[in-house]
Amino acid sequence: MNQPDASMDKVIEVENLVTHYGDREILKGVTMDVRANEIMVIMGGSGSGKSTLLRHLMALEHKTSGTMKILGQDIDDLNQAEFFALRKQLGVAFQGGALFSSMTVGENIMLPLREHTKLDDLTMDIMTRMKLEVVELAGFEDLKPSELSGGMIKRAAFARAVIMDPKILFCDEPSAGLDPVVASALDDLILKLREAMGMSIVVVTHELESAFKIADRITILDRGHILMIGTVDEVRHSTNPRVHNLLNRVPEKEILDPDEYLRRLTGEDGGESLVL
Amino acid sequence: MAPRGSGNAVFRWVERIGRQTVNGIEEVGSGGVMLAESLYWIIFGPRLKQPVRLHSLFAEMMEIGVRAIPIVAILAAAIGVMLAIQGIYSLRLFGAESRVTIGISFSVVREFAPLITAILVAGRSGSALAARLGTMKINQEIDALVVMGINPVRYLVAPPLVALLIMVPALTVLSNFTSLLAAGLYVRADLGISLVSYMYDVIDILGMEDVNQSMGKSLIFAVLIAIIGVVNGVSVKGGAEGVGKATTRSVVQAILAIIVTDMFFAYVTTR
Repeated sequence: MNQPDASMDKVIEVENLVTHYGDREILKGVTMDVRANEIMVIMGGSGSGKSTLLRHLMALEHKTSGTMKILGQDIDDLNQAEFFALRKQLGVAFQGGALFSSMTVGENIMLPLREHTKLDDLTMDIMTRMKLEVVELAGFEDLKPSELSGGMIKRAAFARAVIMDPKILFCDEPSAGLDPVVASALDDLILKLREAMGMSIVVVTHELESAFKIADRITILDRGHILMIGTVDEVRHSTNPRVHNLLNRVPEKEILDPDEYLRRLTGEDGGESLVL
Repeated sequence: MAPRGSGNAVFRWVERIGRQTVNGIEEVGSGGVMLAESLYWIIFGPRLKQPVRLHSLFAEMMEIGVRAIPIVAILAAAIGVMLAIQGIYSLRLFGAESRVTIGISFSVVREFAPLITAILVAGRSGSALAARLGTMKINQEIDALVVMGINPVRYLVAPPLVALLIMVPALTVLSNFTSLLAAGLYVRADLGISLVSYMYDVIDILGMEDVNQSMGKSLIFAVLIAIIGVVNGVSVKGGAEGVGKATTRSVVQAILAIIVTDMFFAYVTTR
């Protein structure tokens, strides 16, 4: 397992990030970073805020407070043109693939090239086929996403995410909804992409096995707070009971407050405690 | 605002009305923003290296306009014949059926052609726009565009807006001609007025003002169809069912908006 040097460049720096969804506070002061060339896995139970954190790292949401730097640039200071330039250096493989259903696989992968570059069709075709080779989907470029299997859609999404050779690749639940063999192959693909293209990769997952296999460092989120950030070994040997529960799949027991319980039953409270 | 569960039924009713009013105003507001943003990208897109692509504009024009020609022609012809039948019937009461051309010309050009074309386009293309954007939203395709650095308004909203602004007036022109021609054929069959003299009458009766009204309306209808389709599409929540609801809602709202706007337009320009 790689042990990235602590002095390495940070590609993402998040400080004291607080976010709300409506009136509800989701992230309650998150501080973390992602270093160059590392695979950072973000873990946590459902409702822990890990998907929200990922959406913020991709700069898809507005934060309430805190600072966030992506590739050394504070996202609050960027104007529109600078933001577009920054986005070209990010790639995202969404959970469901998010391939455009009206286009073929090839057109999907080519879209960023078509929109951001002035390359001719032949070059774009070649680049598309190269990426398809990397994700082992060569020969599928003329099919529509609806004609692909779940695992193939995810691999095509990876190909689209890396077509512009991004500096940071985000993956949302890469193994969700896949059988273990295909999921494991996707983990290998993530490792291979880092190897081949030298990018930093941020993966959100709740699959322990997959996290331990690919991660350099793991961030564990719990109810909007960072529970711990550490290497695989540090996480494995953590003595924190909540980390322990997560690793051993012990459901959290809710501490029951009778007043709170009554309020919930009568529906007089805003339901704050219900949602998470 | 009264806390949940503590107010009586009247309070809750008032609160609901208030909430819905705010939501409605919010929707109109987001429609305005969407329109402004589309115009921004149409004008400044090329300078920001994010031009509205001609290729997708032509594809939209093909779908919205060219493929609608047969159905628009049939509808317009039916409306023309219907107007001729009703016109001749009512004028016959005064023995003035030979003056039917006046009624037909004005009603077709000032009202029916733009109205029926817009309603048809709202049903065909406004709903398709809402469904497409809604599906893309729940599949995270719109998020995917954003993270790729492709502005979704520029990529998904501007092309159909421009296509509608071109094709709705174009279809209205077609609708005018077809309607007038179909009415003329019926008038010839019923009253024995020759098609040529009917056409001369039509040209005599209609002024530039009537044509302007026809075209002006169709442009406003085009904007309404686009914005209502888009706002409903991007506000989809809750999966496939949400898409279905948004699609229906966009058609109903668009037709409502078209007819109400038409009424105001008629009031302002005709009195």
